[in-house]
Amino acid sequence: MRHFVVVGILVILMAVLTYVGLDSAGLMPVQASAQAVPIDRMWNEQVIAMSFLFALIVVPMVYSLLVFRRKKGDTTDAAHVEGNTKLEIVWTILPLFAVLVFAYLGGNSLAQTLRADPDAMVVKVTGRQWSWSFEYPGYGVTSTELRLPVGKQVYLQMTSTDVIHSFWVPEFRVKQDLVPGRVTELRITPTLEGSWKVRCAEICGAAHYSMQTPVTVMSQADFDAWMAGEVALVSEAAATPEGRGEALVRANGCTACHAVNGVGGNIGPSWNGAFGEEVKLADGSTVPGDEAYLTESIKSPQAKIMAGYETQLMPTYGLTDEQIADIVSFIKTLK
Amino acid sequence: MTKSKSVGSGLLLLVIGGVVGYGIGLGLDAVITGKPNFSGSVAGLFALLASVTAFFFGVFGYRGITRGLTWQVAGTILGGLFVTAIRFLMGMRGSALFGGFFFSEPAWVFGALVGAVSFLFGVGAVDDWMKWARGLDTPDHHEDVPGWEKYLGVSLDHKVIGIQYTVTALVLISVGGLFALIFRTELAASQLQFLTSTFRLFNQTGPQIYNALMSLHGMVMIVSILLGIAGVMNYVVPLLLGAHDMAFPRMNAFAFWLAVPAAVLLLLSLILGGFETGWTGYPPLSSRGPVGVQMFFLGVFVAGWSSILGALNVLATVLRMRAKGMTAMRLPILVWASVATSIISLTATQLIGLSFQLVMFQRLLGMGFFDPAKGGNPVLFQHLFWFYSHPAVYVFVLHGLGVISELLPVFVRKPLFGYRWVAMSSLGIALVGFIVWAHHMFTSGMNEYLRVPFMYSTLLVAVPTGVKFFSWVATIWGGKIATPAPTPLLFTVGAIFVFLLGGLTGPPNATVSVDLHLHDTYFIVGHFHDTIFGGFVFPFFAALYYWFPKATGRRMNEFWGKVHFWLMTPSFLILTFGMMRIGLLGMRRRIVDYDTALGFDTTHLVLTICGFLIALSVLIFLINFFRSMKHGEVATGNVWNSRSPEWQVPSPMPAHNYGVPFEVVGEPYDYGLPGSKYIEFAPAQGKKH
Repeated sequence: MRHFVVVGILVILMAVLTYVGLDSAGLMPVQASAQAVPIDRMWNEQVIAMSFLFALIVVPMVYSLLVFRRKKGDTTDAAHVEGNTKLEIVWTILPLFAVLVFAYLGGNSLAQTLRADPDAMVVKVTGRQWSWSFEYPGYGVTSTELRLPVGKQVYLQMTSTDVIHSFWVPEFRVKQDLVPGRVTELRITPTLEGSWKVRCAEICGAAHYSMQTPVTVMSQADFDAWMAGEVALVSEAAATPEGRGEALVRANGCTACHAVNGVGGNIGPSWNGAFGEEVKLADGSTVPGDEAYLTESIKSPQAKIMAGYETQLMPTYGLTDEQIADIVSFIKTLK
Repeated sequence: MTKSKSVGSGLLLLVIGGVVGYGIGLGLDAVITGKPNFSGSVAGLFALLASVTAFFFGVFGYRGITRGLTWQVAGTILGGLFVTAIRFLMGMRGSALFGGFFFSEPAWVFGALVGAVSFLFGVGAVDDWMKWARGLDTPDHHEDVPGWEKYLGVSLDHKVIGIQYTVTALVLISVGGLFALIFRTELAASQLQFLTSTFRLFNQTGPQIYNALMSLHGMVMIVSILLGIAGVMNYVVPLLLGAHDMAFPRMNAFAFWLAVPAAVLLLLSLILGGFETGWTGYPPLSSRGPVGVQMFFLGVFVAGWSSILGALNVLATVLRMRAKGMTAMRLPILVWASVATSIISLTATQLIGLSFQLVMFQRLLGMGFFDPAKGGNPVLFQHLFWFYSHPAVYVFVLHGLGVISELLPVFVRKPLFGYRWVAMSSLGIALVGFIVWAHHMFTSGMNEYLRVPFMYSTLLVAVPTGVKFFSWVATIWGGKIATPAPTPLLFTVGAIFVFLLGGLTGPPNATVSVDLHLHDTYFIVGHFHDTIFGGFVFPFFAALYYWFPKATGRRMNEFWGKVHFWLMTPSFLILTFGMMRIGLLGMRRRIVDYDTALGFDTTHLVLTICGFLIALSVLIFLINFFRSMKHGEVATGNVWNSRSPEWQVPSPMPAHNYGVPFEVVGEPYDYGLPGSKYIEFAPAQGKKH
């Protein structure tokens, strides 16, 4: 009997200590969305359960190992206890009950993260190897960064042009895959102004690790100002081929792989000076870096691969001839 | 010829074969592509195959495994040439005919398939069946030559096959662990250090090699787990049942030898362009990559056959070959666990084979199963894949949990608490395991509302798992625990503790809303390493230390066993705690590099150090394991004072197991009940065969 009392006290002590320890360790990143609230609450309930169950198993086990050690010289067996059906029923029924409670709480918590606001702002998200773009249909603006006004629900309609990607901003908690050929949805209500990153969470190839882009949550006024600027840029750019080209480059996320003025990825060749210089190809030959070469390289990227980039497979983007001409005009401006 | 001498000549030939193979590959590649590629796939391919085959030739001569590997290489080349010839006749030339990897993809797939089948013929795994087909008789038993040579050729003895499985598993664990060390080193600090985008190996850049190593670490470890479990089951289950062998000895050997070409295919995938998909192989990513993806699919496909046939054999053996009086509730508990494991392997493995086969066909024949452009659905693959791959996790752990239940009573000198409940909980986990698969897909875009029933079913797994934990604690409670703890007990207790951590970190992933945050992060990586170490690695080591004397008549060194345990356990705990912590804070899975701004550098450095310490502890184990075979303390008796039948006869076990059959007359775990007996040997009579 004495053993049971001691262990009972130790279990409670251990459970409390474990919970306090885990709780004060700061396990979760900053809470920056309304959806994070029910998730963090649910997580906290899980941590309580984990701490208790951890103590419930570990304390009697370690206690036994220390207290019921075989004494020196003792060669007899322990007491012959085969089991206890009542006890087995208890530790089947009680966990079953606990499981049902947690599943119910989990269902509620999920429902809260899915709550839809009819006035939500729609943003169309496109993922591709290895970049993001965000289209604001109400404004005719497409950006490679996601900017959101604080306190307003955003309704993300997401798709992928190639393989499966996954939209995840750790500070927002929720995550959703982008599946080619269909549109998946995610609702997020940012509650905290600040700058975070959306990171692709589903492996999508060689540069999966670098498929991330800034997410900025700003006040409604700042957002409106930014949006007005973007709208003006769009109409201004639409007037010239290189302006349209630059907009297309942004919309298609080209700079994830190709650096422009030193900014961007290094998976493909940089575009500065790409026009006009001799290009050394993988098979050893050289071609002039003229309009024809650039056009062909966008249309069928594998036709003439530049030396050093043999293993990188650039996708085709389904651009029209006019759009490709615009992009080439843009590249021509880069020295 | 002594063993050390032949291993020496094997190593010499390994080096020579590697160099010669590399030269041939380099030359062939240069002829086809017009310029030599020193770090290319073809040179690496020939170097690998030639060195491995030459090693076994040096050790063993041209028979058994050497002949199998030679036939596999020849079969692969012939099959590849056959398809290449057809393509030539169809009018293809140049790179359309060959592709970037010596053969085109269809030629590789057909060649690899022919190669795997050729291996089985070459090694001799189908000899008896071929003789039967020709109307010839074969003896019931093939007497093995004494000594170590029987392990490198086909043997029908379940004990030999068990050891073959176990050693193969240890080899693959070492290979998979080596892969982990390579990418763990890259992860030690943020930014790319050596796996950079200018790095080139096997036609892959640094990040691509990272992805391939990471994916192969997963699949090689999974195969090694399946082989390790098969090893322990093969060795122990017939002994526990009192059987003289498995029900189908030839199929048993066949199933083991399937695993060898499967392992070769998996390693080929790294060389033939790698695969970047993770072990899950989700299309459309897996329908795009180089030919390595196909080798990965084929390797898993062949290994799956091995698993299915092995499981069938275990079930048949348990059903048909139990000793007299061994009723269902008097079965050793490990047999119950083996049955539960085998039911899953027998019935679910087909689904991973099928899902991979569909992607193979999509690539080879243009069938659009998962291609949205042709009306296919990528999410469908995930359903098919996880329908096996979740139950597979229970394959990995259920057997290990059975080892825990089997060993605990021996070392605490008390009956297993609630035997029936523990036995039934294994079946319960196995059955519930079939209806939980979609919890891997909460963020996949599957039907939103379906996620809720899968959350309920997944959480339900906690109930039978809880029964096991409570029963173990009650078994230990009030026992007379062996002091100082022998190594098998250390690993058993370690297994309970580590599996508890894996179990407790499971429900958050099962709860949909929390999983939306946890999915595809290092939290998951930490969680499943806990479950796999607790459910497989620790029990596997416990089983090896425990049954080693039975197999060899010698004990493994206790001191080094304890060093192994006390080095591995804390390192491993820090490793998984660290993984879970950074996972919660935003560390994604399967990335070669992470933002410096996240502040994970210190943690990752610690994780890498822990990874190397685990590797060191396993190295200590391996040295102890192979050294003790020859130099270990002699132990022919009932080393652990167990009631189990295999310990009632002297070690090592003779060729056809029990000379005299036994009858079960009591309960298996009645420690502490004076005068009780589990088995009784029949009075000596005419020699049994």
